Amino acid sequence: MSDFVSGFWNYYVISIVLASVIGCAVLLWIQDSAKHVEGETTGHVWDEDLQEFSNPLPNWWRWLYYITIVFSLFYLAMYPGLGTYQGQFGWSSTGQYDGEMKKADDQYGPIFKKFQSQDIRAVAVNSEAKEMGQRLFLTYCSQCHGSDAKGASGFPNLTDNDWLFGGTPEQIKETLQKGRDAMMPAKGVKPDLNGDQIKDIAGYVRSLSGLATDSIRAQRGKDLFAEACSACHGPEGKGMVGVAPNLADKIWLYSSSENSIIETITKGRVNRMPAYGEFLGEAKVHLLTAYVYGLGGGQTDAPAAAPAAAPAGAAPAEKK
Amino acid sequence: MASATPTQAPETKPSFVEESLYEVHQKVHPRAVSGIFATWRWALVWFTQLIFYGMCWLPWNGRQAVLFDLVERKFYIFGLVFWPQDVIFLAILLIISAYSLFLFTAVGGRLWCGYACPQTVYTEIFTWIEQKIEGERNARIKLDAAPMSARKLWLRSAKYGSWILLAFWTGFTFVGYFTPIKTLWTSLWSFSLGPWETFWMLFYGAFTYLFAGHMREQVCKHMCPYARFQGVMFDPDTLTITYDTERGEPRGARKKGVEPQSIAKGDCVDCGICVQVCPTGIDIRKGLQYECIGCAACIDACDQVMVKMDYPKGLIRYSTEHAIEAHWGWKEIISHVVRLRVIIYSAILGAICVAFVWGIATKPTLRVDVIRDRATLAREVEGGLIENVYRLHVINVSETPHRYAVSVSGLQGMDMVGDRIIEVPAAGARSFAVQVRAPSDSGKKGSNQIFFDVKSLADEKVAVHEKASFLQP
Repeated sequence: MSDFVSGFWNYYVISIVLASVIGCAVLLWIQDSAKHVEGETTGHVWDEDLQEFSNPLPNWWRWLYYITIVFSLFYLAMYPGLGTYQGQFGWSSTGQYDGEMKKADDQYGPIFKKFQSQDIRAVAVNSEAKEMGQRLFLTYCSQCHGSDAKGASGFPNLTDNDWLFGGTPEQIKETLQKGRDAMMPAKGVKPDLNGDQIKDIAGYVRSLSGLATDSIRAQRGKDLFAEACSACHGPEGKGMVGVAPNLADKIWLYSSSENSIIETITKGRVNRMPAYGEFLGEAKVHLLTAYVYGLGGGQTDAPAAAPAAAPAGAAPAEKK
Repeated sequence: MASATPTQAPETKPSFVEESLYEVHQKVHPRAVSGIFATWRWALVWFTQLIFYGMCWLPWNGRQAVLFDLVERKFYIFGLVFWPQDVIFLAILLIISAYSLFLFTAVGGRLWCGYACPQTVYTEIFTWIEQKIEGERNARIKLDAAPMSARKLWLRSAKYGSWILLAFWTGFTFVGYFTPIKTLWTSLWSFSLGPWETFWMLFYGAFTYLFAGHMREQVCKHMCPYARFQGVMFDPDTLTITYDTERGEPRGARKKGVEPQSIAKGDCVDCGICVQVCPTGIDIRKGLQYECIGCAACIDACDQVMVKMDYPKGLIRYSTEHAIEAHWGWKEIISHVVRLRVIIYSAILGAICVAFVWGIATKPTLRVDVIRDRATLAREVEGGLIENVYRLHVINVSETPHRYAVSVSGLQGMDMVGDRIIEVPAAGARSFAVQVRAPSDSGKKGSNQIFFDVKSLADEKVAVHEKASFLQP
């Protein structure tokens, strides 16, 4: 597969290579004796009295040279070197890569297969699978979610029981395979909110989680919330799986400070989890799903739209 | 050796010859020699080879005492375990080797070449085998010239066979330093050697056979770089193998008992034995040559002849350029050994050796690397605390499992979440996630220096105080 558009370059390279190799052989052949003054020295004199003895090299030096020339011709027949000629062994760097990948697949494939046939819940408690999952997690996921999976500002904590898109094994797998796009529209469904009103809503949201707030603002904010936000976040702010997060718990994807909440409302939020299905393949996604599920907080039953199902099996106080 | 002067008559044109740039190798048949220096050389052969062939069989702590386990990336030398992080010691070892080479070459010439170099050692062993099978020098020359016969075939087979066996044993021993030799031995007899082990055994064995059996002085003359640059390490006070021209010339044969002065000859009886014993085939009477490997065989040979002739020993001896010019005795030679070059080499060598020994003696048995989570710069957790996440990579270098206590310090109100007692297996490493929390007003905005303390529960002295940084948003 040549990058050149003209076939000329192929012949150019071939002729240079062959000319060099054969040229070396010819040079060796015709230069294997020298004329010098009769006597021990070569006859040349430098710097008044510096002379050179004529000491022939041992024959095996010459034979080594010829052997390397023969070897190089053999090599050029077997491996690429003469332009675009592939060589009798058919070697290519992509071919070598494919061979290495196949070897890895043969070696690791059975291990992955073993877990792929098992249910996620069983895989999640298997110690070998957990170690593999941890290594995969550290490689592919920890850059955003942290090496302890507890997340960071804007990246969810995977060890808690708050799942925006559902925490059953099937839902976690779907998140990994297809990715997720989350969008909070600015100012909810009421785009004409002004700064003061936003502050009120922020106060109310903080009060939902039991955080310190101005109670008068919170009261005003409650009415505004019902107009602007509860369409997605629910009448009590408890959220909806796949739609909007629960605002009444202690888990904050962004900071819990008032400024941060005001920013969320004013500007909205866009967040994305990339799709890993094609990149990682079935086997690794299966292991990662089990690992994330096993971190804790995963749900056992089918997704219920009502957020009341979210705390099933976990108290509001999280594992931290 | 002067060039043609302009006053030469113009009709004496120099005649040219055409000479091949290559020549067929003439085999060197060194004559057997005995004497002080020959004894020293053989003592070193025994010393070096007992160590080489023997040390890999020694056990230590349930494993091989000296083992370079490339697969596990650990080098075991008796009680010491070297990890890849210790490669500095290898570098220092090489520097020590280099400086000691410079030092004793400046003092005594090519002592390495003549006495300790593996090429010399193995050639000596192989030549000894050759001598035992094919006979002394004259017998060997005759055998080489003779046509093939049953006897010649038998002798040659015995010689090459012994060489091949010894070479294979050498290759086997060499690989035994990288794969435990006892398992290698059993694999050998059950034909279950791994491909790489087989390759290296045959490779190393084949080259031992080739270099010690056939190439011999060709390696020293044409291949070894040390031969080429040893010349720059000599100075006029370096002890080298010297033929006392003043005393020996003019050379010539004479009857025993005849005084050399009475027949206007020097002490050299022109027996040619110094040329016969030389493993590189040179004539030391022409002066110090680059092919001379400094083995002192000619000294031993000439001394024997001198003793037979009732002349004093030392016609060929270790001497220096200055000593020959100024006719110094041993006193002056020795006093000139301690000169600036030697002092500087010794001082540098001494300092590096001390550093090396101290470094190994204080090598830590515990290593801790703190890797702060980069992406999760700082996160808020319940109670308004700020949390940073770290992974502690704890390496237990020792050969027993250990349990360590982890704690953190450096900021007001700090707390650590994560295992406080961790267990790491022998010669192993483990990675642990640790979260460190602090109030948001503790320290300054941005980076704050904190410290992790990892202490062995078994031994208080095994502890690491590793710094890290804590980010406050």
